Amino acid sequence: MKTYSVEVRVWLKPSVFDPQGHAVEQAMHTLGYAEASDLRIGKYMQLTVQAESEAEAELRTQEMCERVLSNPVMETFAFTLKELVAE
Amino acid sequence: MKWAVIVFPGSNCDEDAANAIRDVTGDTCDLVWHDATDLNQYDAIVLPGGFSYGDYLRGGAIARFSPVMEAVKKEAANGKLILGICNGFQVLTESHLLSGALLRNDHLQFRCEMTELVVENNTSPFTMDYQIGERIRIPIAHGEGRYVTDSTQLADLEKTSRIAFRYAANPNGSIEDIAGVISPSNTILGLMPHPERAVTEFMGSEDGRRLFLSMHRYVEEGAHLATANR
Repeated sequence: MKTYSVEVRVWLKPSVFDPQGHAVEQAMHTLGYAEASDLRIGKYMQLTVQAESEAEAELRTQEMCERVLSNPVMETFAFTLKELVAE
Repeated sequence: MKWAVIVFPGSNCDEDAANAIRDVTGDTCDLVWHDATDLNQYDAIVLPGGFSYGDYLRGGAIARFSPVMEAVKKEAANGKLILGICNGFQVLTESHLLSGALLRNDHLQFRCEMTELVVENNTSPFTMDYQIGERIRIPIAHGEGRYVTDSTQLADLEKTSRIAFRYAANPNGSIEDIAGVISPSNTILGLMPHPERAVTEFMGSEDGRRLFLSMHRYVEEGAHLATANR
């Protein structure tokens, strides 16, 4: 069994209005950062996954993201994984 | 008839819902803990408002995997009436028992106030005691009540008259002012407003009574009633 460190990012689909991101962007403008735009707030999650291979870890993580960690109706996700090697 | 109000860790409108049901219908109503696996004895199941599992991850996202939800799905498939109020609505969409999703209100405020709803459907077991176009007053209390769905599903909801209620003045940014939707089977309703908080005069409205009475009448007098208005 190998251990993988997984980082998952979930954010609202581009077509869905993100009120949190909008509010923060407005605040940024108020503070003088007029150059900042299209600010959107998402979620970041990290976990470790045990699997026989990287391919299996990817498959399981994909399933976790689709079933639990994101709601495909309104959200999209992306993840990266990296094998943890015992020192 | 016999009602079940499901209690998830974090439900906080469970007692209100049960009391409203008992007072309005005179029926038996049990509070059922989320680890129950058999709901066969109940004629109607209510998923109440609150913050199931703290609403961590997303509203209703963890409750969806509660043992009781398998039983709810089974009874839904058997045609039992399922009512999801507020957080219960979120649980129903996360469970895919209803289409769409509920997101943070567009203005970011938590809104707790009386709202006016327009009745859009009176051919469901939940709405048959209302008139189409009737304006009723039911309060809301939510921070994540913005209903969203894609254009295909929205068109389907419109075409098949499965939008139960719309807000007269949209309080959260919901698409097409939608406040409540019905399943294709016509036996599952999810709505953000709280009908259990509008059942007696001191609450400021009694318009929620007829929702519970409709369900009662549907079960007691026969399923043909809900389609009689068609």
